[in-house]
Amino acid sequence: MTEIFALAAENLISPIVLSFALGLGAALARSDLSVPEAAAKALSIYLLFAIGFKGGVSVADHGVDAKLGLTLLAGVILSALLPLLAFFLLQVLTRMDRLNAAAVAGHYGSISIVTFVAATSVLESRGIASEGYMVAVAAAMEAPAILSALWLISRGEQSGRMDAGLWREILLNGSIVLLVGAFVIGWVTGPEGLAEIDSFIVAPFKGVLCLFLLDMGLVAGRGMQKGRGALGLGAVAFGILMPILGSFAGLAAALVLGLSTGGTVLLMVLAASASYIAVPAAMRVALPEANPSIYLTLSLGVTFPFNLTLGIPLYVAIARAATGG
Amino acid sequence: MQTHKAKRVEITIEKVMQSRLTDALQGAGVTGYTILPVFGGSGRSGAWDRTGQVSRAEGMVQVVCIIKPDRMDALLDAAFAVVERHIGVVCVTDCEVLRAERF
Repeated sequence: MTEIFALAAENLISPIVLSFALGLGAALARSDLSVPEAAAKALSIYLLFAIGFKGGVSVADHGVDAKLGLTLLAGVILSALLPLLAFFLLQVLTRMDRLNAAAVAGHYGSISIVTFVAATSVLESRGIASEGYMVAVAAAMEAPAILSALWLISRGEQSGRMDAGLWREILLNGSIVLLVGAFVIGWVTGPEGLAEIDSFIVAPFKGVLCLFLLDMGLVAGRGMQKGRGALGLGAVAFGILMPILGSFAGLAAALVLGLSTGGTVLLMVLAASASYIAVPAAMRVALPEANPSIYLTLSLGVTFPFNLTLGIPLYVAIARAATGG
Repeated sequence: MQTHKAKRVEITIEKVMQSRLTDALQGAGVTGYTILPVFGGSGRSGAWDRTGQVSRAEGMVQVVCIIKPDRMDALLDAAFAVVERHIGVVCVTDCEVLRAERF
C-alpha cells in the first residue's frame, strides 16, 4: 500500500500530470487559454505515430511469438465483455435508462489511446519493459465494444442504426490507421529505422505529450462545466469504480497470457480506460437519442482524469505485485 | 439584371452525419452544395462550441444548397430521412439567382 501511495505521489508531480492539471484548472477557472484545433490535431498525429512506430520497432527487435495473437484475441474479448459489466454496474449504481446505460457501457469497453500513451511514458520513465505489440492490441480494442452496446440496446425496445459507412468509419478511423500504419513501418524498418528518426520521435515525445495533455485538461475541464448536472453521484462513482474493475479484468487476462510487468500494466490500462473519440462518434450515428453529455462527461471528465492521476500508478503497483516485476 | 426565383436550404447538422446528408442530397438530384463550419451555438440540446473538442462527435456543420423551387420536395424528403433522429435545423428561404441553369 505504501508503494502505491509513493507511486501515486510521484506520478502526481510529474510534468505530464501537472500539464493536465494546468489545463483542467485553467478551464474550470474560465481562462481563455486554448490550444488551436489544428495544433492539437498535429500533436495527436505526432503522438500516435511515435507510439505506433516504437511499438513496431520493439516487435522487430524482440520477434513475434504466439502471445501476440492470443493477446489480440484477449483484447477483443475484453472489449466485447466489459460493456456487459459496465451496463450491469450502471443499473446497480444509477437510475440511467437503458439507452444511455448501453451507450455509456460501449465507451467503457473501448479504449482511450491518450491514457495508453501516458501509461507507456510512465513505464519508460521507470524502466519497465513492455511488449511492443500492445499498440496493436489497443487498436483491436476500439470497435468490439460498440457492437456490445448495440446488442444491449437491441435486447430492449429500441435499436441502433449501423450501416456500411459507419463500419468503415469505425474500423478505418484516422487514429487506428495512423497507429497501425506507424506500427507496421516500425516493424518493417526495425531498430535501423528508429535510429534514423529517433531524434524526432524519442527525445521530444514527453514534451509533446505534456502539451497534448494541457489541451486534454482544457477539454476535460470545459466538458465538466458543460456536463455539470448531467451526472449524479452514482454515475460519478461508476466512472471511478468501473476502471478499477476493468483493470482487474485486464490483470486476469495478462496473468493467464503470461505478459511482462509492462504488458500487464498496459492491458490493465486498456481495460480500465474509456473511449472519448471513436465511440462517441459512432454513438452519435448509431444511437443519436443517447445523451452525449452523459457519456462524454463520464469518460472524459471523470474516468480519464482518474486514470491519469491515480489509476496508472495504482495499476503499475498492482501489476508489479502480481507479476513480481 | 434578370434574376430567377430559387430556394435556399440550410441544414445545420452534426459533423458525423455530413457525408450521409450530402450523399442523400446528391441522390435526390441536388447538383451543388456548400459546407460551412459552425463555430458554436445553443439549442434544445444545450450550448456547445468548436473550441477544445476532442471528438468528431460534438462538431456541427451547415450544408447550404440552392435549388429550383420544383425540386424542393425531393430534397426535403431526402434530407429528412437523414436528420430525422438527429440534432439539427432545416431552414428554407426564398432567394434569387442570376444563372438559373446552374441550379
